[in-house]
Amino acid sequence: MPSARAAFRPNWTARLGLLALAVYAVWATTQLGITGERLATGLGEAGRFLARMWPPNFARWELLLEGLLESLQIAVLSTALGILLSLPLGLMAARNLSPAWLSAPTRGFVALCRSLHYVIVAILFVKAIGFGALAGVAALTVASMGFIAKLFAEAIEEISMKQVEAVRASGASAPAVLLYGVLPQVASRFVGFCLYQLDSNLRNSTLVGIVGAGGIGGTLFAAFKRFDYDFVAAILLSIIALIFLAEVISGRVRAALQ
Amino acid sequence: MSAATGPMAPLDREWMRHSPGQRIGRFLVWLAIVAAIVWAVRTVEIIPEFLADAPQQMGDLLIRMWPPDLAHYHPSVHAAMIETLHIATLGTILGLALAIPFALLAARNVCRNLALNTFAQLVLVSSRSVNSLVWALIFVAVFGPGPAAGVFAIAFRSIGFVGKLLAEALEETAPGPLEALTAAGAGWGARMLKGVWPQVQPAFWGVALFRWDINVRESAVLGLVGAGGIGVVLDDAINFFQWERVATILLAILAVVVIAEILVTRIRAKLL
Repeated sequence: MPSARAAFRPNWTARLGLLALAVYAVWATTQLGITGERLATGLGEAGRFLARMWPPNFARWELLLEGLLESLQIAVLSTALGILLSLPLGLMAARNLSPAWLSAPTRGFVALCRSLHYVIVAILFVKAIGFGALAGVAALTVASMGFIAKLFAEAIEEISMKQVEAVRASGASAPAVLLYGVLPQVASRFVGFCLYQLDSNLRNSTLVGIVGAGGIGGTLFAAFKRFDYDFVAAILLSIIALIFLAEVISGRVRAALQ
Repeated sequence: MSAATGPMAPLDREWMRHSPGQRIGRFLVWLAIVAAIVWAVRTVEIIPEFLADAPQQMGDLLIRMWPPDLAHYHPSVHAAMIETLHIATLGTILGLALAIPFALLAARNVCRNLALNTFAQLVLVSSRSVNSLVWALIFVAVFGPGPAAGVFAIAFRSIGFVGKLLAEALEETAPGPLEALTAAGAGWGARMLKGVWPQVQPAFWGVALFRWDINVRESAVLGLVGAGGIGVVLDDAINFFQWERVATILLAILAVVVIAEILVTRIRAKLL
């Protein structure tokens, strides 16, 4: 009696790949010195940690509000500055509008802005220009430039050149070509990038305070260091509420502007 | 021109791009943007002296960083870099493993229970709302300082990102193969493995690679709060004002990030 025919042949490549991944995971775990014993102790600690977080303590709401407002200011300013600086950078980086000697170095600069994590940039700014919101604004402006300028340049590279040529053929000057031939084609996508970046700057501005660059992050880090876990819970809940609110508002704005 | 009367009146109307309501809405949005910027500029606490000598201070910092102390790279920075890569990779693997069940629960065509869908969505949203550095703070409090906290921080941040994109891919799958397998009497495991998995596989690997690329960047800073990796070395060098070493570490991070990005782009191009 022949055995039942298998419906699918076993996929040995996939199985070997999964095995290799598992072997790597085990090896890397031992390399990092993570042991089961340590994880077990950690789980016990996690229970105590969560117990101390509850109930959230909103008694110092003034400090909380002050930090949140500063984060909001950092987010607004860095987004505005980032957009302002990204407009020329994006135009300069677009390979269909700029000559290679201009677009190549601009693309390099934008890639550099994007490669370094904003917290690292924030540390450097804190060391260079001192503690406070200014360092946060500077760091997030750099991050915004890296993101918006790159996507803006890519959007410009995808435009139809017919309209640009038509405007040019009518004898328009270079600014007029940009204003009437290029920008109308990318404006709606540009608004989308800017709103996305505002969202992401708001998230990040609640964090740069950990390295001293202003905003609620400083309050959060201080509360962590003092083991004020119920205040930590209050801060985390407020941050999540703020981000959630910002997402709702930016969704509405996107609908209104289109 | 005064309003015309008679049969030609409808043709006399001037064309407007937006209705009055839309125009008011747009005006209000612009007003709100300007008001927000003005408010932020007027109330943010920026010390004018700091702003005035910022360019000079930045220049000074860059001069002190030059030339980078490349001799410092081996062995301390190199070991920390390898640790960072392990944290990123291990965190991604753990995050993927944890994200798959939540993605299955969140996809409305796989799990037909509204309460479970909502619960999974809630888990995914909270995972995304908390930044990886904050997750790192939490896990440092749980596991103590060290790479274990970093791995878990990366994993918990990845759950929301991977889970959301995977759930979206699951919801876009064609129902045909699934129905055929159900008709042939296949069990739940076989239906998932042979009906759904082949359809979401490209999206899954794409998301996994993309997340790994992000995690390499993020794991470089986790050390600042004590969660292991190159961030610890960076923090030490900054605290001791060893700017040539800082420059070396930054160059190493930059190189790894660029290499990871190129690698991911190459593999994605081959896979998809």
